[in-house]
Amino acid sequence: MGFEKFGEVSYITETKVADFVKHLEEGEIAATKCKACGKLFFPPRANCIDCLSNDVEWIPLSGRGKLITYTTAYFAPAGFEAPYTLALAELEEGVRVFTRLSKDVKEDEIELGMNMRLVPVRLAGERITYELRKA
Amino acid sequence: MNNRVAVVGVGQTAFTRSCGVSIRELCFEAFKEAMQDAGNLSAKDVDASIICSAPEYDKQRSPSGLIAEYLGLNPKPTFLAEAICASSSVGTRIGLSFIRSSLHQVVAVIGFQKMSELTSAESQERMLRGGDIMWESPFGAMMPAYYAMFARAHMNQHGTTEEQLAKVKVKSSKYSTMNPKAMYQKEITLEKALKSRVITSPLKLFDCCANADGASCMILAGEDVAKKITDTPVWITGLGLASASMSLTGRKTVSSLSCAVEAGRQAYEMADLKPDDIHVAEVHDCFTIAEIMAYEDLGFCKRGEGGKLIDDEETYIGGRIPVNVDGGLLSKGHPIGATGGSQIRTIVLQLRGDAGKTQVDGAETGLVHNIGGIGLYGSVIIFRR
Repeated sequence: MGFEKFGEVSYITETKVADFVKHLEEGEIAATKCKACGKLFFPPRANCIDCLSNDVEWIPLSGRGKLITYTTAYFAPAGFEAPYTLALAELEEGVRVFTRLSKDVKEDEIELGMNMRLVPVRLAGERITYELRKA
Repeated sequence: MNNRVAVVGVGQTAFTRSCGVSIRELCFEAFKEAMQDAGNLSAKDVDASIICSAPEYDKQRSPSGLIAEYLGLNPKPTFLAEAICASSSVGTRIGLSFIRSSLHQVVAVIGFQKMSELTSAESQERMLRGGDIMWESPFGAMMPAYYAMFARAHMNQHGTTEEQLAKVKVKSSKYSTMNPKAMYQKEITLEKALKSRVITSPLKLFDCCANADGASCMILAGEDVAKKITDTPVWITGLGLASASMSLTGRKTVSSLSCAVEAGRQAYEMADLKPDDIHVAEVHDCFTIAEIMAYEDLGFCKRGEGGKLIDDEETYIGGRIPVNVDGGLLSKGHPIGATGGSQIRTIVLQLRGDAGKTQVDGAETGLVHNIGGIGLYGSVIIFRR
């Protein structure tokens, strides 16, 4: 339990990386790092893809990154309210994040490659997420 | 040991918005056409059936059991093959391996989807769960949104334009009017495509394919049996299947589908052919950008020149490499589980010289590119007459 608070709508409640939400509530975007081989994972994983170790630790990320691509959805499935912008960014630690772009960034201001900042955002009903903002 | 495997019969229902029949009846129609096409085979001649569907769209649990029963295929083995939109290509791969291992001689691959069985909201909810439900669906990531992100990256990297995307729809709508089994029977002008409403930028309504109801069927046979069944077997000479990260965060590029590149590499190598040797192709144009990426991923043009290929009309009949001359997913419709089988049917008809108004003169080699979901599964199959 614990992961059901994550995102606009959640589909998963149980995961070994549910503590990600706790870190988010403390204002931190955390990745996991394999204690055996040192590989960094974001989105966080509980199990190392390379050495199959289960021993990972939480490592805070700077949140600094660059925009790779985006789309503004003018049509939303049930449970979501359009329009909203989805984006993919590469963080300076070399990992990527898929999330929403802040509504404060207007579509005509968006440029691929622009500097972004990934920040935790509290939503209604004790939900929590992260979003990309202009750096 | 059968070294060569042929398609000896193909069938397909019309692809429609709402078929008005049950899934068993839908599959029967495609099966009957394929069995008649294969020189009036009877159900007892079929050694195994592979049913291909994306089961989250089905009301019937384990539909393979029901369909095999209705088609008279009991007590022969039957089971479901699933790889979302690439399900019937995966079914073909399994059928081919059965025959090459001499486990079975004649295999029916039946793909279907009755997408009208769900309400629009139910269907959207399933499409929303086509991405990583832990890290991507929670933000409202729909199927078109992923392809829109690919399109944005492609436009930025290669200068591809919205007009070039729209031209893919213009081409597909032209050919779907020549395909009586296609869902859309009206040509769409460039102006109309460009003026359609934005669904998820930069993709507009006419950049997206539509859900459909439909079924497809092919009968596969080993060389000895194939030659007894038909004088016009179409041989499967190259087979490629690959996977890629479901999450976009795990992909090195978002302006190409790595699973398609890898599947193409495998298929060309097995068939001992190069992209220039292909005479006619079916590619997975679930969105207009998907066709442009497919041109490049399959080597029909250089990386970044997919937009130019459609500008130059090289993928029309008469061009260097005619693509989706049956209307493609964009205009023929996309009943998920049936799509791969429908693409294969088109290539089989082309290689036999039976494609009517859309016949590509002298086509001897054909290729089918079929993608599952947002580029998770990539299948490329090469055929020769």
